[in-house]
Amino acid sequence: MLPRLGPPAAILLLSGPILAGLAGTILPAFGYLPALGGQDLSLEPLRRLAAAPGIAGSTMLSFQAGLASAVLSLGVVMLLVAAWAGTPAFSRVQHLISPLLSVPHAAAAFGFAFLIAPSGLVARLLSPEITGWQRPPDLLIVNDPMGLSLIAGLVVKEIPFLLLVTLAALPQVPLARTRELAASLGYGRIAGFFCCLWPPLYRQIRLPVFAVIAFASSVVDVAIILGPSTPPTLAVRVIGWMNDPELSMRFLASAGALLQLGITAAAILAWLVLERLGAIVLQTLSIHGLRLRRDGALRMLALALTLAGALAVFVGLAGLALWSVAGLWQFPDALPRGVSLKTWVATAPRVAEPLATTLVAGLVSTAAALVLTLLCLMREDETGRRPRRAAALIYLPLIVPQAAFLFGLHLLFLLGGVDASLWALVLVHLVFVMPYVFLSLSDPWRAFDRRYEAIAAGLGKSRLETLWRVRLPMLARPVLTACAVGFAVSVGLYLPTVLIGAGRLTTITTEAVALASGGNRRVIGVYAFLQMLLPLAGFAVATVVPALLFRRFRAMRV
Amino acid sequence: MRRLALSALALAATTLGAVAGPDPKDWAAVLADARGETVYWNAWGGSENINAYIEWAGAELKARHGITLVHVKLDDTANAVAKVVAEKAAGKDAGGSVDLIWINGENFASMKRQDLLLSPGWAEDLPNWTYVDVENKPTIGTDFTIPVEGLESPWGMAKLVFFYDGARTDAATLPTDARSLLAWAKANPGRFSYPQPPDFVGSSFLKQVLSELVADRSVLLAPVDEARFDATVAPLFAYLDELHPVMWRSGRAYPANYPAMKQLLADSELDIIFAFNPSEASSAIASGELPETVRSFTFPGGTLANTHFVAIPYNAASAAGAMVTADFLISPEAQARKQDPKVWGDPTVLAMDRLSLDDRARFEALDLGVATLKPDELGPAIDEPHPSWMDRLEGEWKRRYGAAN
Repeated sequence: MLPRLGPPAAILLLSGPILAGLAGTILPAFGYLPALGGQDLSLEPLRRLAAAPGIAGSTMLSFQAGLASAVLSLGVVMLLVAAWAGTPAFSRVQHLISPLLSVPHAAAAFGFAFLIAPSGLVARLLSPEITGWQRPPDLLIVNDPMGLSLIAGLVVKEIPFLLLVTLAALPQVPLARTRELAASLGYGRIAGFFCCLWPPLYRQIRLPVFAVIAFASSVVDVAIILGPSTPPTLAVRVIGWMNDPELSMRFLASAGALLQLGITAAAILAWLVLERLGAIVLQTLSIHGLRLRRDGALRMLALALTLAGALAVFVGLAGLALWSVAGLWQFPDALPRGVSLKTWVATAPRVAEPLATTLVAGLVSTAAALVLTLLCLMREDETGRRPRRAAALIYLPLIVPQAAFLFGLHLLFLLGGVDASLWALVLVHLVFVMPYVFLSLSDPWRAFDRRYEAIAAGLGKSRLETLWRVRLPMLARPVLTACAVGFAVSVGLYLPTVLIGAGRLTTITTEAVALASGGNRRVIGVYAFLQMLLPLAGFAVATVVPALLFRRFRAMRV
Repeated sequence: MRRLALSALALAATTLGAVAGPDPKDWAAVLADARGETVYWNAWGGSENINAYIEWAGAELKARHGITLVHVKLDDTANAVAKVVAEKAAGKDAGGSVDLIWINGENFASMKRQDLLLSPGWAEDLPNWTYVDVENKPTIGTDFTIPVEGLESPWGMAKLVFFYDGARTDAATLPTDARSLLAWAKANPGRFSYPQPPDFVGSSFLKQVLSELVADRSVLLAPVDEARFDATVAPLFAYLDELHPVMWRSGRAYPANYPAMKQLLADSELDIIFAFNPSEASSAIASGELPETVRSFTFPGGTLANTHFVAIPYNAASAAGAMVTADFLISPEAQARKQDPKVWGDPTVLAMDRLSLDDRARFEALDLGVATLKPDELGPAIDEPHPSWMDRLEGEWKRRYGAAN
């Protein structure tokens, strides 16, 4: 009985807040918000938006960031998979990159900013011996007006995401056999992969690519840290308008959020055009028989790019960890002059409350998402149908730009008097956690050998008992991993927490971003470290618990 | 029927809640009311030493008066004003989410104008008010030309002070006013910047330059005269047009706020920075953020000076608790701790001659640090312009430079 409720509940929980939020955004964008005196529909908010100084620049920046991040990160992943999939080196890269997925965007962005700044870690390591700089040069790297460092910061974080979804799709194409076939026809590794395997593979990862475009074109936290400020990207400006003491600015903010929706849609449309062009290019090359037999250099480039991206995040985070215990650390010293735990001791008491909120929101939303996911998957088993449209619905929260519907949702919560309540926060986190839990659990669930259940049923066990005693224990590893993924997502959520928490419910991530503007790298180091630690703890649980659980079952070990 | 009863109850609750706030003249009643309350204090949260001080105040209030203090960290005080405005619009006239705001200037003016503050004035009836230096610190009575009338309680004094690293910069070459600062920046390109308005300190830099360059400074003390605005601010923007090309990053990026400038001074990216707190440098030296060679200077012709306050919104849920907090903040003990550069270094609003000998000793025992100027070295104070100037200057700045590309 209960599984029957799963799919409708999931649909309601995922699309309900999004649709309500979109309505709450679109109506004020056309001047309708009775609580603020907007009784009639009008184009006035849109007109004011068009007249806002630098709006064209902000719009272009967001569009650019969305498209460029997707092109670059997919390009690197594409090359890497084409060149190395199926080799031992590939699985090593995969192990190196996977932990990056759990690093929240904001933490990675802080580390990256400190790495590449003119007075940053790279410059300190090279100065003054190699560069001759006694003082940092006056170079505009972080916060550059073109948004290049913003795009770079997004790319290093999106590569792990796209790589992992590609890996999940990879078993569905006949990799080894096709590689052999292509090689026997004289194709190089890369060309052979692109001709034969890429088209079916890409079809599987299209939605995640759209999610990357949507995220990169509407991101707020990374854009605050790495993006330009004269003018900032559209999403950052919309936040500013939303927070303006002048209430009539809410109309402008809604109009801006609507524009954000348009930009993301435009970026995805532009991507569809690029897809077509890519298909034509690939076809032309195939017809002309481009075999690219000596692609050694290109293969190395693919590996180098991926490793450079991963290294940038790791070294940046290490730099932040060092800052959190640093005494005076002046340019061009490669290391701080002294090391102390002073910052940690001073920060510790202030961390307790945000930490508690982070844990509660993360654990409750993950648990709810897990229950819903299990109900949906059980219903799938009962009916034997895998509704295709539902799959697209799962991605909805990842593809609709956060800014577009969260503002409306925030407004609705405010009017309903439930803003800044923990339940509202958990609900909004659930919207974003659910897709990830579902996506990471559904494949292992469907791959489960149902003969075990048949045997259990044959032995007279009820369905519930079979689930509880057979299937869930056997799937303990993927279930816990899905939970760890969901928890990591919740920890990293910035915009939903800031808006729905209304500044009263703060998490480690919102605190870290709030401190980012202060530029106190020692304290940012502490928060970024915690931001990283929490998801890692989740994954550690997901690794250790099954190992303990299955210590007497050899076949269940990894 | 049940619904009717419920709405009657809700109505009763609202009307009861809307009854005038606690009366500070009956302090015992205020203290009794405050016990057990949670005070949501909306205060800028961009500086760790300030956050730590607020944390300490919270612990003391908990121990002494049973008040739970929650620091709602803001990146812009305007956000707290926005919350109160939104609550008023939504008809939430009691049980509001903001109990206390760290405030001054245009945000105070805006709240006062829109009747968003707890009234009648309560600050002057606080028990610790007797220690406040009303005579010698005129900015306690008028906040950016707006009469305070007890609607906010003073917390600390601010004066614009510049800092440099003596190990890198020769004290003899330092600028003495806005004009020579421009000349200095031209001689040292890329080594000066200011936080991007509408950051409070960044906007204050605009006001400092305008106050120095304007033909008649008294114009700034009155609300903006739209007809003459362009002519009045012309020298400021001519100055900025000259300054930006020789500024850090050629004026294409700005530090977010003054702590960010502090980091840039430590990184050797900037050579001259400024803050609204004379002990900022000593405080940063004590915490290991700046080298010991950093020193302070001001302009002999004067720099901006003001007072910062705490205010209670009209619909605060814990007005009594907020009052007890405000009173605690102007207690000699809390003020002396605040002035200690190892803690924060923010100058006191109290008059030394009004304190008991013991309390005065607390202040005299403070080591203000090598990088802090003595009170008589701080130079004359320039009055803050009327708040309307801040709004208009920020808007004009954004139009000209904030969306340049």
